[in-house]
Amino acid sequence: MSHLAAHNSAPQSNIEIQPFWDATAKGQLLLKQCKACGEVHYYPRTICPFCFSDDTVWIEASGQGVIYSYSVIRRAEVPYVIAYVTLQEGPTMMTNIIDCDIDSVRIDMAVKVSFVDTGEGTALPMFTPV
Amino acid sequence: MSIRNKAYIAGAYEHPTRHAIDKSTPQLHAEVAKGALEDAGLTKDDVDAYYCAGDAPGLGGLSMVEYMGLQVQHIDTTEMGGSSYVAHIGHAAAAIAAGKCNVALITLAGRPKAEGMATGTKPRAWGMDAPDASFEFPFGSTVTNNYGMAAMRHMHEFGTTSEQLAWIKVAASHHAQYNELAAIRKVLTVEDVVNSPMISDPLHRMDCCVITDGGGALVIVSPEIAKKLKRQCVRILGHGEAPKTRIGGRIDLTYTGARWSGPAAFAEAKVTPADIDYASIYDSFTITVLETIEDLGFCEKGKGGQFVADGNLISGVGKLPFNTDGGGLCNNHPANRGGMTKVLEAVRQLRGEAHPSVQVANCKLAVAHGTGGSVGTRMGSATVILERDDA
Repeated sequence: MSHLAAHNSAPQSNIEIQPFWDATAKGQLLLKQCKACGEVHYYPRTICPFCFSDDTVWIEASGQGVIYSYSVIRRAEVPYVIAYVTLQEGPTMMTNIIDCDIDSVRIDMAVKVSFVDTGEGTALPMFTPV
Repeated sequence: MSIRNKAYIAGAYEHPTRHAIDKSTPQLHAEVAKGALEDAGLTKDDVDAYYCAGDAPGLGGLSMVEYMGLQVQHIDTTEMGGSSYVAHIGHAAAAIAAGKCNVALITLAGRPKAEGMATGTKPRAWGMDAPDASFEFPFGSTVTNNYGMAAMRHMHEFGTTSEQLAWIKVAASHHAQYNELAAIRKVLTVEDVVNSPMISDPLHRMDCCVITDGGGALVIVSPEIAKKLKRQCVRILGHGEAPKTRIGGRIDLTYTGARWSGPAAFAEAKVTPADIDYASIYDSFTITVLETIEDLGFCEKGKGGQFVADGNLISGVGKLPFNTDGGGLCNNHPANRGGMTKVLEAVRQLRGEAHPSVQVANCKLAVAHGTGGSVGTRMGSATVILERDDA
């Protein structure tokens, strides 16, 4: 398993998002789905940002997605890839692309989730080319 | 109900410093306030409303009115990042039109350079209690790689090139050469920009704005007060503002909130983009300008690259002379918030007080546009339409 890089840090959690971070420790990527309008959103909220219903539930994402956009930051101790990945379930999330040649990353590339242990009981959902 | 012709910009002042190692942040606020009031021909005791944003230290408006010794009857500390000060103009005009105040002071100041801040390349959180913080900060989200993602997507969808983006910096540098206070005065070529070090793909160092200290202030007054002043005032014709977010994960990085703030401002002003003589466009990065001019309607969405590569932003050359002080890209970007300085140069143009080499002939109508937050995540857009007052 990969380890946190210099630019990474463990997430600060709170009671609303604790299930999301607890699940990452078990290798699960959770999303919130609204039972009223059916929409899936990210990052997770209690109240649906589309219809304002409070009837939202956690669902597990497939972990499959495609790169919507990315940028390799060169002015860093160790260059890294930040990206937005559009998940199979719909929402697009900010993440890092890891375990690949950073110069090979492209928009529309298929990627899958890969969790990186923070050492604090959580893991960061990053992505790697399929 | 509209703010059209209900308020005027009477005073405008830009701090000459670009590196304020010898001044405090509150001091900079007070110095620009004093400068703008003197420009207007008003005094501190005339001020009955005060506007500031997140760069104001302490408890913002309350801390600053105490520091400056202001007794006001209206305070607005709307925080929309670098676009705040453009939004404040609209809010002040509305407050004046509603009879809440008559003389509104707006200040901005900061010293990121003196404080050695890695403005664009270090992960920055606006408070770890922000609902987004846990989902961005851990991944090394920075200002530059966020805007890099916007530029990358714009290139992907519309074929925009680094050379086209470079033209925006080139245009700014053509203007900055005449500004003796500008941080970068060298006239740059497209090659200079695309050959400068890559900061975060596809943004080169020269695609980024400068990091400077400084500040600026504006005094907004009622028509009755404007009439009594000797100083030439600038009429406020229209204002629009809009946040643009990631809408629960439905992300589109190819447009900005100017898509909404622009049409609202133009409609209130009863003018169109084709009527504009001069444009101040927020320029944290070249891509910020590109997306904004498309969204404001100066060219079709996706055609911004072609528009800027034709030299259209260069005063005396193109259709849309922009940022004739050199803008954030070459002149200054006080407190990492460029909305104020956008308005200041628009006021100079409408008063005929820009540098003669970049002054737009018979400049009657200007737009000033601010961007705050990040085009890559959450952002604010604010637009004002200003008119020369020939009365």
